[in-house]
Amino acid sequence: MEIDKQLVQHIAATARLQLTEQETNEFIPELKEILNMFAQLDEIDVKNTQPSFHPILLENVTREDKIKQSLTQEQALSLTKHKENGYFKGPKVL
Amino acid sequence: MTLHHHIKNTQNQSIDILEYTHKALEETKAINKEYNYFTTISEELAIQQAKNLKANPKGKLAGVLLSVKDAICIQKVETTAGSKILKGYKPLFNATVIQRCIDEGAIILGKTTQDEFGFGGFSVNTENIPKNPFNKDRVTGGSSGGSTGITQKANFAHLTLGESTGGSIVDPAFFCGVYGLCPTYGRVSRYGLLDYGNSLDKIGPMAKTIEDTALLLNIIAGHDEKESTSSTQKTEDYTKYLNKPVKGIKIGIIKDLFGEGVNPIITKSIYKQIEQLKSQGIECEEITMPITNKYSIPTYYIIATAEASTNLAKYCGLRYGATENLQGNYNEFFTKVRETNFSKEAKRRILLGTFTRMAGYRDAYYLKAMKIRTKIIEEYQHLFKKYDALLSPTMPMLAPKFSELEKLTPLQHYMADIMTAPPNLAGMPHLNVPIGMHNDQALGLMLTANHFEEGKLIQIANNIQ
Repeated sequence: MEIDKQLVQHIAATARLQLTEQETNEFIPELKEILNMFAQLDEIDVKNTQPSFHPILLENVTREDKIKQSLTQEQALSLTKHKENGYFKGPKVL
Repeated sequence: MTLHHHIKNTQNQSIDILEYTHKALEETKAINKEYNYFTTISEELAIQQAKNLKANPKGKLAGVLLSVKDAICIQKVETTAGSKILKGYKPLFNATVIQRCIDEGAIILGKTTQDEFGFGGFSVNTENIPKNPFNKDRVTGGSSGGSTGITQKANFAHLTLGESTGGSIVDPAFFCGVYGLCPTYGRVSRYGLLDYGNSLDKIGPMAKTIEDTALLLNIIAGHDEKESTSSTQKTEDYTKYLNKPVKGIKIGIIKDLFGEGVNPIITKSIYKQIEQLKSQGIECEEITMPITNKYSIPTYYIIATAEASTNLAKYCGLRYGATENLQGNYNEFFTKVRETNFSKEAKRRILLGTFTRMAGYRDAYYLKAMKIRTKIIEEYQHLFKKYDALLSPTMPMLAPKFSELEKLTPLQHYMADIMTAPPNLAGMPHLNVPIGMHNDQALGLMLTANHFEEGKLIQIANNIQ
């Protein structure tokens, strides 16, 4: 599968990054080399193996549905200048 | 004076802990000017805590100065995880590990330098690069480089908290000549840790002695209801392993991790140590781990970058950290903040991780890596049926110079994780044990045990001179 400028820029856009021309050109050979290394996994047959999404078995970690103390609205807004009338303020949607 | 004595002296007020803290802060600032171990020295907080402790001296860590890897949240103390994108971020809460240490009388010294978000094994992916305590032209290792550097240099009662995803506790511990213990995944709460990889991150203690390492592990280990991957497995007093006899213990020497690609000085120093272990009645046998050693690096980097790319999605300039003026639409605003404030390595890992999760590639990379992780865990657990611990080098090279590191490609950086990625992937506890020096470069070896058997690591390490 071809790692080219178009693919790199598409992935970047998906991740909300905008790479410069220079960054894109530097990344292409680096990503090719690393993805080649990833391709070593093609050698091993794991058809009948279950995936381990965590190294320790975790199942149904829940707590009681009871209201507990949380951040106040003021605290939640205190770390940004982008706020108005108790809301986080963002740029235009469109 | 040992840490144990210092704690006793603080508790019985035979030292003035406020005066002691002032002196420790002065020493820290002097060290930091030369070595860059801190992003923030929390002087005001430390003095306030020392005043409180002087009036009410108690706690199992009473009077100990605690430095903390910058990715671990401390309330109102700038916490950046080594990244520009979190410049100015002062958390509204303490990480669980921090609260537990404060509740036991620890005094917070400051936040230590690290690779951005843990992305690196040499602590060079950040603005203030820490320098090796034995030679300033050499690296500390990473990503918890600031923590291990100050641990080696500090001449006051000190402990540190580091973090590991693919080796970032034992790697810098090795290069800086200190003990670094990465606990079992889930043994220590991650609540308040700025995450790199949710299935890989662990917070762990680092110290000058194994006794101090065990002491800090006692304080931070244990279930946390605020953290859903935190284990409910009972904790124990890890210091009780310090005096357990070692005769009859069985160690598997991971043969694949010696030989080509490993500095022969490291191999020689470890095999010499193996003879010392045998003389104490420890049985040592060579073993191999074919699947683990062949596939750990690609498996680790697929999982780590996939998880990192998801975790870093929250850094967008809207609610905290670095930001921009509100211009353009949401996509343009987020993109500008992220493009400006993430380093090249962060971008590289985001790109890799996003790619491996994309439709069409997810099964070939991400899912496959998760299945190989199962096989790696099985390979470890098969060995742990027979052996109490496994032994290997911690790193394949001695502490390199900054100039030598510049010549490496990103892939070569990743390959340096060959020894540390496997236990991190499998969630196994592992420990760097310092074993002397070769000129200005520290020597060490790594012990790995089965899940929740940190005690065995401590027991064996205590007998390594």
